[in-house]
Amino acid sequence: MRYVRAFGRFWWDFVVGDDWRVAVGIALAIGLTSLLTHKGVNAWWMLPVAVALLLAGAVWRPRKA
Amino acid sequence: MSTSTALIVAGAFLASAVEMVEAVTIVIGVGVVRGWRSPLIGAGAATLALAVLVAALGPALTVIPIHVLRLVVGALLLAFGLQWLRKAVLRAGGWMAQRDEGVAFLREQEQAAAAGTEERAGLDWYAFTVAFKGVLLEGLEVVFIVISFGSAQGELGPAAAGAAVAVVLVGLAGVLVRGPLERVPENTLKYAVGLLLTSFGCFWAAEGAGVDWPGDELSLPVLIAFLALVSFLIVQALRRRPVPLPSGAGA
Repeated sequence: MRYVRAFGRFWWDFVVGDDWRVAVGIALAIGLTSLLTHKGVNAWWMLPVAVALLLAGAVWRPRKA
Repeated sequence: MSTSTALIVAGAFLASAVEMVEAVTIVIGVGVVRGWRSPLIGAGAATLALAVLVAALGPALTVIPIHVLRLVVGALLLAFGLQWLRKAVLRAGGWMAQRDEGVAFLREQEQAAAAGTEERAGLDWYAFTVAFKGVLLEGLEVVFIVISFGSAQGELGPAAAGAAVAVVLVGLAGVLVRGPLERVPENTLKYAVGLLLTSFGCFWAAEGAGVDWPGDELSLPVLIAFLALVSFLIVQALRRRPVPLPSGAGA
């Protein structure tokens, strides 16, 4: 059980890191891109804009703290 | 060589170089204090384990449909790359301590000197395990990058070659210097790797979600330039209110 927990912890730190809101934001942005694409909109601009906003937000939070 | 292949090789090379510098600091820090045999065997064993991982996982991923693979790999790379980029921006803006290999080296030496002596299988167990864990953990990030780059674009060979060249070059530099590789512009390299990981993640995740990029692969350099500009502007904004931070061995 200890190893399973350590394995899960490793992957959480590896992918999500210390700001889970970025990971959630990425998931939402990809989901929205997929939705728009399936509605016939070629939303190539969605992820770059989302990434720029997520980066600014992720940097701003520790700055405020 | 296409633009995307060149960028994949560059990304794998830079990421591998950055992680290798940190791994070399650990191995040399332990080796200088406790002798070279055990840490070098530990580093070799970890390198072998990482090579087996690439050889096993790389081809296995080719059976997954490419659009699913790009979606998953792109999302993971985005999450992973944004962590690198965020830290790089905070460092460049003066809001996080710069990584300092000299400080990390001294800390490694102090810990190695303070640790007790235990012999297992004819090895100094502390020196072996510290070197093994250090190389394995730093190398796992490189393996993830090589496999994701290689599988999403069908370029495992070039990605692995880029990473291998970095391992050899940084390893040789470590042998020659026998100290921390302080002259490597590690923080700048981390910034570049963060930009590349985030850009590739963005490109592949969007493709996996069904997007057709204008200009196809030619949009990749434009994407990198866009994110470089955005991060540069954020750094400039952070520098307007700098915080005095001591230089340290930040991750």
